[in-house]
Amino acid sequence: MELAERLLMGDRRAAARLITMMENKDPEAQEIMRQLYSQSGKAYVIGITGPPGAGKSTLTDKLVKHVRKTGAKVGVIAVDPTSPFTGGAILGDRVRMSDLATDPGVFVRSMGARGHLGGISEATSAAVKILDIYGAEYIFIETVGVGQSEVDIVKNSDTTVMVSVPGLGDDIQAIKAGVMEIGDVFAVNKADRDGANRTAREIEMMLDFSHADWRPPVKMVVAVDSKGIEELFAAIEDHRHYMMEDGKFTLRRAENARNELLEMVKSRIVEQLLNHDVKAERVEQLAMDVATRVIDPLTAAEELIQSVL
Amino acid sequence: MYEKEKIDALKAKVNAYNEKTEASLAKRPERYKVFETGSGEPVNRLYTPVDVEGLNYETDLGIPGQFPYTRGVQPTMYRGQLWTMRMYAGFATAEESNKRYKFLVEQGSSGLSVAFDLPTQIGYDSDHSLSEGEVGKVGVAIDSLADMEILFDGIPLDKVSTSMTINAPASVLLAMYIAVGEKQGVSAEKLRGTIQNDILKEYIARGTYIFPTDPSMRLITDIFEFCSKEVPQWNTISISGYHIREAGSTAAQEVGFTLADGIAYVEAAIKAGLDVDSFAPRLSFFFNAHNDLLEEVAKFRAARRLWAKIMKDRFGAKDPKSMALKFHTQTGGSTLTAQQPDNNIVRVAIQTLAAVLGGTQSLHTNSKDEALALPTEASVQVALRTQQIVGYESGVTNTVDPLAGSYYIEAKTSEIEEQAMAYIRKIDELGGAPRAIDLGYIQQEIMDASYKYQKEVESSQRIVVGMNKYQVEEAAPQGLLRVDLSVGENQKARLAELRAKRDNTAVEATLAALKTACEGTENVMPFILDAVRVYATLGEICGVMREVFGEYQQSVNL
Amino acid sequence: MGGSIMDRPIRVLVSKPGLDGHDRGAKVIARALRDAGMEVIYTGLRQTPEQITNAAIQEDVDCVAVSILSGAHGTLIPKIAELLKKEGADDVLLVAGGVIPQEDIPFLKEHGVAEVFTPGTPTDVTIQFIRNNIKR
Repeated sequence: MELAERLLMGDRRAAARLITMMENKDPEAQEIMRQLYSQSGKAYVIGITGPPGAGKSTLTDKLVKHVRKTGAKVGVIAVDPTSPFTGGAILGDRVRMSDLATDPGVFVRSMGARGHLGGISEATSAAVKILDIYGAEYIFIETVGVGQSEVDIVKNSDTTVMVSVPGLGDDIQAIKAGVMEIGDVFAVNKADRDGANRTAREIEMMLDFSHADWRPPVKMVVAVDSKGIEELFAAIEDHRHYMMEDGKFTLRRAENARNELLEMVKSRIVEQLLNHDVKAERVEQLAMDVATRVIDPLTAAEELIQSVL
Repeated sequence: MYEKEKIDALKAKVNAYNEKTEASLAKRPERYKVFETGSGEPVNRLYTPVDVEGLNYETDLGIPGQFPYTRGVQPTMYRGQLWTMRMYAGFATAEESNKRYKFLVEQGSSGLSVAFDLPTQIGYDSDHSLSEGEVGKVGVAIDSLADMEILFDGIPLDKVSTSMTINAPASVLLAMYIAVGEKQGVSAEKLRGTIQNDILKEYIARGTYIFPTDPSMRLITDIFEFCSKEVPQWNTISISGYHIREAGSTAAQEVGFTLADGIAYVEAAIKAGLDVDSFAPRLSFFFNAHNDLLEEVAKFRAARRLWAKIMKDRFGAKDPKSMALKFHTQTGGSTLTAQQPDNNIVRVAIQTLAAVLGGTQSLHTNSKDEALALPTEASVQVALRTQQIVGYESGVTNTVDPLAGSYYIEAKTSEIEEQAMAYIRKIDELGGAPRAIDLGYIQQEIMDASYKYQKEVESSQRIVVGMNKYQVEEAAPQGLLRVDLSVGENQKARLAELRAKRDNTAVEATLAALKTACEGTENVMPFILDAVRVYATLGEICGVMREVFGEYQQSVNL
Repeated sequence: MGGSIMDRPIRVLVSKPGLDGHDRGAKVIARALRDAGMEVIYTGLRQTPEQITNAAIQEDVDCVAVSILSGAHGTLIPKIAELLKKEGADDVLLVAGGVIPQEDIPFLKEHGVAEVFTPGTPTDVTIQFIRNNIKR
């Protein structure tokens, strides 16, 4: 297939087109991904997440520039929310990454969450693999941390960086269940502001409660001035080296793959129901029956699963 | 102002009137379900003393030329002297702009206003790669003192007042102006004029920024300090609401965000060690004159009263001149239509009335063709005549603040003042205007207002004559002004010549000294002046500053 | 094929080339396109033709919409069209808006622009045009 060959040769138009096709669940693209899957897995994936206003895009821009000094090719996937009402989205992360647009060694792709509350969808995972095969040695996924999306990003990255800013109510953020467990490295951005040290201390205090083997470092950065970027990346590399010991890396990837697998199974079952006219109609009928208490949801669900198996 | 029993009786009468009207609305509807000002604020059917119940003439209105300046910043206003008719002009080369300035002065314009092209406004020389296609297009291209000398050739700087719409590199253009004066034998103390020098609104709405916030504020306060000693008649900043309004804000936001910016500048200057009364008298403002005449008049009066109180209570100013908000106005460019351009002459006339009834100190009126291109000489002349007709024929200049006392005007003035103050408080909570801009708060508010307006026009809830009502089939307009690309080529050639002829060693030396000054805390103005005098180019000077200060990173606020 | 019913979101790059800093129009159109269900990649200000083209390719957009009010359209827009063609991306719909005199429109259309939306054009007109004219 022409597209597949071109992707392997590092043709960026092929990469861009394949990402679009995977976003739209194009069967031709899915077939290509099947064939090329064994060629993926080489890139190191770094997730960047945190609340809106934390400066993630600027931080990603600086990290990419830092990595580029080594000559390594980099991919960036920036995910923004999609409007649940119109299905549209404004994807504005490129604004902070303008310089990267003229670096031939960087590929930036903006994606809408498209109904995926967590922001990370099958399409995003596919985009990661495509950029991997395309030749990126590092891939940054950048997304806003709201709801469960931080958890999603962990399932797709090798190292997750949680970005905080002083004065955004981080103390409340930090206490939010599950957040502390997902950061492998913490960055306090806009660290020249008042309260930066306090924010860092609060994070450290939260981390004190964890008994995990890896103690996430907390790095102070001022992304807009490129301060602390080198140290932050060094911390990411530290985590990478830690993971490479004793097969932890493979275990984590297996964990991520397991999640991906289960997600794919779930979505395909639902697809099979909804893409089949008779079954889709049955879904509607059952939904009404559940709402009017004719049938309970568990029984209804079992019937639908049986109809697909 | 009115006795309580009379007010209560009147309230009852007004309520009865409104109830009766509302009851009959089914049979006799009004033209709209809801009546709103140009900014989308509700307007009552009738305004009476009830609506100005708490108004106190002495403290709220007072005497013109005295605190709180609601009725005007000069005691006799236009009876003493009409506002300055200051037409913004400049395009292509310094020679052509110079011709246009001489034309305007001949035609009765009392002040010059310089428009610079985008490369100049953003600190790039005409031969920079980003200047491609932009040289001379929206204003005059100034690459060095040589161009500035041509721009003002034959124009005695001790006889005119010049306003320069320049922000990020204002320090450099001001230095060039001073140097031109020196060559004419006019000392800096005689120079009169203004530099816009308002970087915050560039971040908010206009986009010609260069450096990040902190170094930009430093440059601004350096200018304040330098001028207070060396160029005492110069207005060092024109804190602008015009562009904020053009970006789609409401009238209350125009006042609120502009005064919040003003507060940020005053705070920065005080932090830099300046005494408020040493620079505040030279602060000036720049507002928009939009379509809704009565709302605009109220807006200007609200701005004056609010600023006076802020300067007195918040900053402890003692000099009355520190509390007097003086301003330039420009009629709203975004209100002009490309369709049926002659209609724009009428719009501008109404907006001129708004500005004059609102007590402006100087005014630029847009030409009818400005939705499409820069104005021709003929259309500029009509725009200037508009001001002259209002000034000499309409009678509104015969008395000070003629609309004062109108129940509607006074109610609106107080309403806008309150709404603006609420915005200022919110911005204070966020940590001041620079922080609010960083967080995108101001831009988001403006964007929301702008989108709402767009939707209203598209649904014809809001009528724009000629555009969504009373449209006609039209031929494309002829004879628009065009600036062709040879301007860019000519400037490049001139630059090459300049670099060959000047003393490059001297240039290097002054640039090195400037770099050191930028890295430290000395006032940069004398260093910029030195560089300008030996014909260092604008791009070279700004290049040094870019190196030391870095560049501003834009944010997304959609 | 143009005119087909889309079951996937249309992707549009909204960009401001050159030094012009007036982004009210670009932001309004970006919002309108989003409200019409499109994915809008907004690049912000001060984009060179190279940056715009590279973004268009990486983002695999259906349409590039440039907004320019500074009079530099005659230079910048043809350059964008040229670069898109050079990169093999001439199946991307190129449209423009802003302060562009009627008499310049034929020139722009000869140089790769599908349509120019002058001041006062309702956003719906732009949206419909994009929907009806994208090439994929």
